[in-house]
Amino acid sequence: MINASLKQLSQALAAKQISSVELTQLFLDRINRLNPALNAFVTVDTEKSLNSARAADARIAAGTAGLLTGIPIAQKDIFCAEGWRTTCGSKMLANFVSPYDATVIRKMEGEAGLVSLGKTNMDEFAMGSSNETSYFGPVRNPWDNGRVPGGSSGGSAAAVAARLAPAATGTDTGGSIRQPAALCNLTGLKPTYGVVSRYGMIAFASSLDQAGPMAASAEDCALLLNSMAGYDERDSTSLERPAEDYARDLDKPLAGLRIGLPKEFFGEGCDAEVMAAVRAAIAEYEKLGATTVEISLPNSHLSVPAYYVIAPAEASSNLSRFDGVRYGFRAEDYGNLDDMYMKSRAQGFGAEVKRRIMIGAYVLSHGYYDAYYLQAQRIRRLIANDFVEAFKVCDVIMGPTSPSTAFTLGEKAADPVQMYLSDIYTIAVNLAGLPGMSVPCGFAGGLPVGLQLIGNYFAEAQLLNVAHRYQQACDWHLRRPAGIE
Amino acid sequence: MNQWEVVIGIETHAQLATVSKIFSGASTAFGAEPNTQACAVDLALPGVLPVLNKKAVECAIRFGLAIGAEVAQKSVFARKNYFYPDLPKGYQISQMDLPVVVGGNITLQVGQGDKAYEKVVRLTRAHLEEDAGKSLHEDFHGKSGIDLNRAGTPLLEIVSEPDMRSSDEAVAYAKALHALVRWIGICDGNMQEGSFRCDANVSVRPKGQAEFGTRREIKNLNSFRFLKEAIDFEVQWQINEIEEGRKIQQATVLFDPDSGETRMMRSKEDAHDYRYFPDPDLLPLIISSDWINRVKGELPELPGQKRERFVNELGLSAYDAITLTASQEMADYFESTVAIAGKANAKPCANWVMVDLAARLNKEGKELVESPVSAAQLAGLIQRIADNTISNNIAKKVFEALWNGEGATADDVIEKQGLKQITDSGAIEALVDEVLAANPANVAEFKAGKEKAFNALVGQVMKAAKGKANPQQVNDLLRQKLAAG
Repeated sequence: MINASLKQLSQALAAKQISSVELTQLFLDRINRLNPALNAFVTVDTEKSLNSARAADARIAAGTAGLLTGIPIAQKDIFCAEGWRTTCGSKMLANFVSPYDATVIRKMEGEAGLVSLGKTNMDEFAMGSSNETSYFGPVRNPWDNGRVPGGSSGGSAAAVAARLAPAATGTDTGGSIRQPAALCNLTGLKPTYGVVSRYGMIAFASSLDQAGPMAASAEDCALLLNSMAGYDERDSTSLERPAEDYARDLDKPLAGLRIGLPKEFFGEGCDAEVMAAVRAAIAEYEKLGATTVEISLPNSHLSVPAYYVIAPAEASSNLSRFDGVRYGFRAEDYGNLDDMYMKSRAQGFGAEVKRRIMIGAYVLSHGYYDAYYLQAQRIRRLIANDFVEAFKVCDVIMGPTSPSTAFTLGEKAADPVQMYLSDIYTIAVNLAGLPGMSVPCGFAGGLPVGLQLIGNYFAEAQLLNVAHRYQQACDWHLRRPAGIE
Repeated sequence: MNQWEVVIGIETHAQLATVSKIFSGASTAFGAEPNTQACAVDLALPGVLPVLNKKAVECAIRFGLAIGAEVAQKSVFARKNYFYPDLPKGYQISQMDLPVVVGGNITLQVGQGDKAYEKVVRLTRAHLEEDAGKSLHEDFHGKSGIDLNRAGTPLLEIVSEPDMRSSDEAVAYAKALHALVRWIGICDGNMQEGSFRCDANVSVRPKGQAEFGTRREIKNLNSFRFLKEAIDFEVQWQINEIEEGRKIQQATVLFDPDSGETRMMRSKEDAHDYRYFPDPDLLPLIISSDWINRVKGELPELPGQKRERFVNELGLSAYDAITLTASQEMADYFESTVAIAGKANAKPCANWVMVDLAARLNKEGKELVESPVSAAQLAGLIQRIADNTISNNIAKKVFEALWNGEGATADDVIEKQGLKQITDSGAIEALVDEVLAANPANVAEFKAGKEKAFNALVGQVMKAAKGKANPQQVNDLLRQKLAAG
C-alpha cells in the first residue's frame, strides 16, 4: 500500500479495502518510525490528521467522495493551514499557528478531501537549494543520508521518496519543486505562473512563486494538480481560465512531438553522468516517436544574476511583515522600537534569509534601482522572449533539471554562489512564468537524475502527457531508495 | 514681508467613502472597538494577498472627471517600504510612477466681497493608496497600542502644483477641494475623524525670483484653521531665518496647535529611502474608456457646470455663482429656494442665502443643513417681498420669526403678527398728511434744500405705520405733497 499510486489508493478506498483512517495511520506510523532520521516533517498532529481521515471516511460512506478523498498527503510548511503550526522553516514563525487556510489547503483538504499528514521541512522562507537553511535542521536524502534532498521543498521530496507520504505539495520560485524532485527521484511539476493560487502560501518572491505537486509519477501529479489549480479571486495574479482536467491527455501518443534541446543546457557545467542519463532519456523519447531540434536560449546565462536581483528585491519587501509586532518571534530584551525591530529580525531570521533581504534592499535603494532592479526586469523580458522564439520550433524543451546529483550535507553551504548555481537550469522557467517538470531519468553514482521538461504557457496537460508516456516506457520513477520496504 | 513671495503646494489625503477597504473586505466604518475591523489581509498575516476594491477606483475616476484631469488607462501600484508598528506589512501599497489621475485643475474664490478674486489651481496628480493603522500612546503604561481598524482604508492622495501664494489661497484651495470631494460623493470630508487631511509644502522667495525657495513640508493639518495658522507661522519663520542669514534646509515639520508653532520632525538627511517598486501582488490597473464613460454618466452636475448655469440661466454674477456652489448643500438649498420662488427671484434668493441666512447661521455656529428655516420657508418669504405683501425690512422680522419657529410659513407669520404691508394709498395718504402737519420744521428744512429732512419725514410715516407702509408709496406720496405744498 505504501508504494501505491494515487489511483490505486483511490480504488482501494472506494472498494473499502482500506479506510482513510487506516491508510492515514499507516503513514503516520511510518513518519513516527522514519522521520527522526530524515527530518522531513516539522509538524505532525496525529489527532488532526485522523479527524480529517474520519471526515473523509464519512464522505466515502455517504457516497460524496471525490477521486482523492481520504488519500493522505504531506503539505509543505509554507502553506497556512488553520489550526496548524505554520513555520516556513523559520524561527520567526516557529510558534505561529495559522488562523486561516491557504487556498491550496482549502481546495485540497476542504474540497477534494485529501488528508494532511503534517507539515514538511523546507529551506527557511523557501530560500535555499539544499534544505540546510531550515531553522529545524537539514533534511536527509533518503537515497543517501549524508546527502541533501535539494530544496527548498526538501522535506516534501524526502517524505515522498521515503514513502512517508504518497505525495506532497511543493512550491517553486527558482526550482524548489523540480530540483529536490530530481535529487530524490520524484516527479514534480511547477505550473504556469497564475495557475495555482498563491493566497495563503507564504510569499518569498511574489512574481515567481508557484505551488505544484511532488509525487512518484506524472499521473499522480496530474490528479493532484486537478485538486490544486483554479482561479482564485483572493489572488489578483491568479488567472481566470476555465477549469481543466490535467490528466486528460496522459495517454496521448508522442509521435511527432518536437523536443527542443537548448544548446546552453548541454554545454559545460553539468556533471557528465547526469548528462549521459539525460541524453539516454532523450533517446528513449525518440524511440517513442519524438524528434529533436537544437534550439538556443541565448540569454539563459543571465537568468541566475537576474533572478538574484528580482527574487531578493521582492523578498526584502515580503518579509518586512515579520517585525515582531503582531505575531511571530520577538526578541526578549530591547530598548526601544528600532532596537526591537533589529533584535527580533536579527535573531528571528537565519543567515541566508538575511543575506537575501540585504541584497534586495540594496538593489531597490535609491541610486541602484535602475542599474539592478530595472535592468534585471529587462533581462527577464529577454529570457521570456527566448522561450517564445524557441516554442516556434518545438513543443517541449528538455534538459537536465540540476547540474549534479544530490551533494553532501555542508558541501555548498558555505559558498552561496555554488549553491545558487545548482538552480541554473530551472530559474529561467520561473522568470518566464512557464510550466516545468522534473522526471526521474536514471542514476549517476547510485543517485537519482532528473530530466527537466519545459512547456509553453498552460501546457501542463501536455507536459504531464510527455512525462507519463516516458514513465510507461521505463521504470526509473518506480525505483525506491534502499530500506524503504 | 513685502519683498517676499510665498509659494505653497498642498498634498491632501482624502479617505474614500467605500464600504470596505481598498485591498480587503473589512469594513471602513469609523469608531469601532480597536482591531475589530481588521481582517487577515489588514493584519498582514503570512501568505495573505491584496485584492483591489473597484469602488475605490471609481472614486478616483469620479475625481479625475470632476477636475478635468486625465484618468490613466494604465496605472501601477507600488510598494513604499518602511517599518512602523501601525504599518502591518512593512510597506504601504501606493502609486508612484504611474498614478491613476494626472493633471486637472480647481477654480476657487479667494477672499470675500469686493476683495474677492478668482484663482485656478492646477493639480499635478491624484493616486490611490491605503491608509495605515493608528498608534495609541496613552493608556498602555509606557507601551504603545496599535489599532489596525484604519489600516487599508482607501485614500486618494491629491497633489497640487505649487500655485498658491498665500495662506488664504491655501485655505481657499483646501475648502474648494473639500467641497468637491463631498460634492461628488467620494469622501465624507469629516476632518475631526481624519477623513480629509492636508500637508502643506511651503517656501518663500524674493519677489521677482524665478526659482522656488527650499521648501519645508508641514504634515497632517486636519482643520482649515490649523492650515492657515501653520502656514502663517512657517512663512514668518522662514523669512526670519533667511533675513538672519541662515539657509532653509529641506525638512518635514509638524504643527503644534497649542503653541501655534511648527517644529522639525526630520531633515532631508533623515528622509527614508522608501525603495519603491511595482507591487508584484497586483496587476497594473487598467481602466477602459467604457468604465470612464459609465462613471461620467453617474456624476452629479459639477460645481463648474452649476456656476455656468447660474450665470447664464439665472442671471447671477460670477461671484454669486461661485459662492453658491462652494458646497453641495448651499447649492441645493439655493436651487430649492429658486424652484419655489421662481427664476425671476433668483437674485433675491441668492442674496438671502448668501447674506441673511449665512449671517444668521454664522451667528449661531450652525451648518446650513441645521438651518431652522427651510428653503421652502425662505422661498415663501421672498415671494411675499416680490409681490409687495411685505417690505424688505419687515421681511427680516418675518425671517427671524421663522427662525424662532413662530410660524410654519411666511404667510402664517405675516398673518399672525399683522405685518402685511399697507398699500392702500388712501390710508398712506392719511398718514402722510398727519406727519406733514405734525412736523413743520422738517418740511421747512426740506424746502430749504435739505434732502436729509425728507428721510426724516419718511421715517416718521413708517413709524406711524408701524413699518408696514409700502416704502415706495410713502416716498411717492410725500414728494407729491411736498411739491404741491
